[in-house]
Amino acid sequence: MASKKIKLPYGIPGHNLTEIEREVPVDEPPAWPVNDELKVVGKRVRRTDARDKVTGVAKYTADIQLPGMLYGKMLRSPYPHARINSIDVSGAESYPGVLAVHVFKRLVGMAESQESADSRGDYPEIRFSGQPIAGVAAINNDVAEEAIKLIEVDYQVLPFVVDIEEAMKPESPNVYATNVDQEETGGGGGSDSGLKTQGNIRGPSTMSFYGGPRGDVEKGFGESDVIVEGTYRTQVHTHSCMETHGVVIDWKPQGVTIYTSTQATRGVRDEFCALFDMPKSRVRVICEFMGGGFGSKHSLGNYGAMAAHLSKKSGRPVSLMLDRKEEHIMGGNRPNSIQLLKIGAKRDGKIVSLKQRSHGTAGVGLGAGVGRIAQVMYESPNFMTEQFDVFTHTAPGAAWRAPGNVQGALALESAMDELAEELNIDPVKLRDINDKSEIRKVERMKGAEIIGWKNRKAAGSDAGPVKKGMGMAQSHWPRFVDVNSTVEVRAFRDGSIEVRSGVQDIGTGTKTVLAQVVAEELGLQPENISVRIGDTLFPDGAASGGSIATGAITPPARNAAYSLKLKLFDQVAAALEAESSELMVADGEIRSTKNPEKKIAFRDALKRMRTEQLTTSASRSDDYGGFRMAPWLAYGTLGSVQYAQVTVDTETGFVKVDKIVAVHSCGRPLNISQVESQINGGVIQGMAYALYEDRVMDNETGHQVNKGLDNYKVPFAFEIPEIQPVIVEDYAGRTSTDAYGIGEPANIATAVAIANAVYNAIGVRIKELPITPSRVLEALKNA
Amino acid sequence: MNRFSWFDATSIKEAFEQVTATVSEHIQPKGPKDAAVFKTGGVDLLDLVKEGLANPSRIVNIRNIPGLDEKSFDKKSGLRLGANVTLAEMAEDPVIRENYLALHLAVNHAATPQLRNMSTLGGNLAQRTRCWYFRSLDHECFRKGTGTCFAQDGENEFHAIMRNEDCASVHASSVATALMAFNATVEITNSKGEQKTVTMEEFFIHPSDDSRYECILKSDELITAVIVPPVSSGTKSAYIKQGARESYDWAIADVAVVAEMSGSTCKKVEIVLGAAAPIPFKSMEAIGQLKGKTINDTTAGNAARAAMEKATPLTKNGYKVDVFNAIIKRAILQLV
Repeated sequence: MASKKIKLPYGIPGHNLTEIEREVPVDEPPAWPVNDELKVVGKRVRRTDARDKVTGVAKYTADIQLPGMLYGKMLRSPYPHARINSIDVSGAESYPGVLAVHVFKRLVGMAESQESADSRGDYPEIRFSGQPIAGVAAINNDVAEEAIKLIEVDYQVLPFVVDIEEAMKPESPNVYATNVDQEETGGGGGSDSGLKTQGNIRGPSTMSFYGGPRGDVEKGFGESDVIVEGTYRTQVHTHSCMETHGVVIDWKPQGVTIYTSTQATRGVRDEFCALFDMPKSRVRVICEFMGGGFGSKHSLGNYGAMAAHLSKKSGRPVSLMLDRKEEHIMGGNRPNSIQLLKIGAKRDGKIVSLKQRSHGTAGVGLGAGVGRIAQVMYESPNFMTEQFDVFTHTAPGAAWRAPGNVQGALALESAMDELAEELNIDPVKLRDINDKSEIRKVERMKGAEIIGWKNRKAAGSDAGPVKKGMGMAQSHWPRFVDVNSTVEVRAFRDGSIEVRSGVQDIGTGTKTVLAQVVAEELGLQPENISVRIGDTLFPDGAASGGSIATGAITPPARNAAYSLKLKLFDQVAAALEAESSELMVADGEIRSTKNPEKKIAFRDALKRMRTEQLTTSASRSDDYGGFRMAPWLAYGTLGSVQYAQVTVDTETGFVKVDKIVAVHSCGRPLNISQVESQINGGVIQGMAYALYEDRVMDNETGHQVNKGLDNYKVPFAFEIPEIQPVIVEDYAGRTSTDAYGIGEPANIATAVAIANAVYNAIGVRIKELPITPSRVLEALKNA
Repeated sequence: MNRFSWFDATSIKEAFEQVTATVSEHIQPKGPKDAAVFKTGGVDLLDLVKEGLANPSRIVNIRNIPGLDEKSFDKKSGLRLGANVTLAEMAEDPVIRENYLALHLAVNHAATPQLRNMSTLGGNLAQRTRCWYFRSLDHECFRKGTGTCFAQDGENEFHAIMRNEDCASVHASSVATALMAFNATVEITNSKGEQKTVTMEEFFIHPSDDSRYECILKSDELITAVIVPPVSSGTKSAYIKQGARESYDWAIADVAVVAEMSGSTCKKVEIVLGAAAPIPFKSMEAIGQLKGKTINDTTAGNAARAAMEKATPLTKNGYKVDVFNAIIKRAILQLV
């Protein structure tokens, strides 16, 4: 394709902003200037669906009502490990009001072994308490619940292990008899294939897409002046989405329609088609609104598979929503971790060697690695990691807002804090020495200024039992890309504009940023643009995971609008007695750049279209100047730095977070309010991880004891600290919008910034999350 | 949720004609399956039903019985709170705020505004424990009448640190902590219309005495009122609750202190601990330490330590001893 050269903004305004020339395909739109010079992009634009959400007009999956719809419920195993000898469903089948019963022959979403018990018996082996076995569809939920109780299962109960350290012992009962694999998912679950399993321990995984080991870590430690080493532990953290997982599936002979709460309409369709051997042309997935996913809603899930079987059998639509307890068992979780981290440095602060070894359990699934943060954030010439998955008889993990990296950050950034203390170098300065990222350097400066870092006192120096502390930490997240992202823009003669894509709005405001981008390109306002997304009837969009969606979907949205604009220029040029190449849009008008008298209102221009509607479409272009790894990994980082201020009551052990300053970048921020909202959400979840949430399994019975939001300590309003989000524009000139996501970065640094602040308050380092009163008091006693 | 029929009682007599079992009788593994039970606010009952622990066939609503929601106060006879007075009404009552500060604070720290709107005082006292083993169908535990106490060596982070030898659950009501410190009594009316009044100590049943029940109510009995004795002009009180969350949570530890003061000297005192034991726990040790003493840092600390002397924490709740030590001392110091 022919190309042209364009100059794009490059760098950080107020710091090193300049321009970069890039050769781009000839049909790419011209470069946008920095946000200051734009009309709607980069502004505080109200969510287009805010009113619908707060007034209850918005329909979520549980609100979907179809004629003749049935309600599904699943029978779940009361044992963490068992083989099923037989199942008698006759009682459920004959229960009045029941229209279909289905028994699972295969489950999705967990590690699979080629030669497992699944292939020996009729039923999948039970490997965690709450594992779904069978389901019924009935005229209402109460009937379905009663019918479930009538299914008789003959279990052969087997020994189990739910605790990671117990599972690592050679004498522990094995979850899988042979080697298992699980495909890596878009959301970050799964692991490298082909690794060996010994007992319950699988691995090590030593590579990532950033490569393998570097140099010689032992030699590096030999050359180090100071070495810090520690074991860090993190807990299992459940997603606790406000909207539980669920589907409504309507299986008709001519095709299947799936309404579901998902962060990947495309992913649900693809998994469904693979599972039921169905052509993609006959399956439609719809998610108009959703109430949170955080990585756990990428796929059809077993609940979806069950609803599909029940709908197929009954010939009726089936609604199957998980209840809050099921959500806790099966809704996904962030695997725990036990990490050994060792850093060696020179007296001047330069890191020489970094070694990481981790174990974590994603239950019966894979994906308990601790991410790549230790591999890439600091320039250590010597590096190695060994990451092991440990199987336990617990429900499979799922991607959880920056999978692995949140765990990995706790060890890395705690160790950096400790190293700074050992070297007597300010923690911010120590990062300056070892971190080559320009954006994080700027973020560190801004954050330090706002929190008042220079007032930070020596660790544990506050008098009295209630002590204050300040800490910081930073993070890295890759700029992932999905070129399989397409947007259609349509203009109608009546003046309306519609944007269509299969991409869904996970709740972050994807609809609104699409409206902004198209409005900016057409010289209109966001409220002029109708955005219809979350439906696979439209062209495929990216998943809302990996912080991909904004960077994947906004460039094609702009490009499709741009191409629509050019077509429109062609159609109205004659009437304006102008060349189409001299036309431009601004403030709802099409104007000649040569003669401002020659103009027409955009609405009036649409009335002159040859056809009632004009449609253009564009797919995500390759990054300008190429990819770091084609076609999915861009150059650059979504770096962030967070500062925390805490109060610790050393008599009761309670920690209260007073303030978080969260300094973030996401390329060109498109909607300031929405970016801030996401930072707020990421900080809140990070704080929840630092201090409160922890899935508690009973080792004797293998059940989770804190199912439900009563005993599972999700923080509420009074726990939320003052949060000050700070957004730093960071232009890279790689796409027509230069915008990226913020979801995952917002969640990585908070917990460890809090942990470092707790250390600064009390002078004792707590290396295990959550930082409960019990752990604070114990640490103080042992100090 | 199972199907049930509903009866809206308009009088106590009518209600007794319908009811066949207490909720505690009904939920025992060998208890009556086909049961008609009382419902006031319904907050705890609904939770038990949703969990599958309770499956009543009939629900007898006593929430609308006239007269049960009345409250009265006079300086001589004290405060009388009908069983159907809601926690929300108590939370905003100026008489309670002015005369019974610890009770005012306890009520205001209980649950959420929404739940306080629904919760009645009678229901709050008769609610069952929040122990996660008791609340789970997966665990046939001692508190349900058979089986063992899973918390003894299990996940006992939030469990009892005192009198926990047979069952380590803690009583859920933090309102009871304050009421016991004010020496409140519970008025119980039976199906024959006879009334008796029992102390809070008599009202609650320790699991070692009978693991199936948390209070003495039988199926032909109903709480009709709670009576809080009058307080003298020198009476001061304090209440501190520490939960895992500040916003809305059960107590990890709570304490109510009610004292008759003369200057900074404590003439008479009651110190009651919540979430320490399976029942609201009056600490005679702490009371003994403090009575007649001038309140200062040392005497308050000594009283707190005395309260915790007999603590028998389990594997994961040793920290609660420290929490109690801190809040008991702080509550005492608030009196001066």
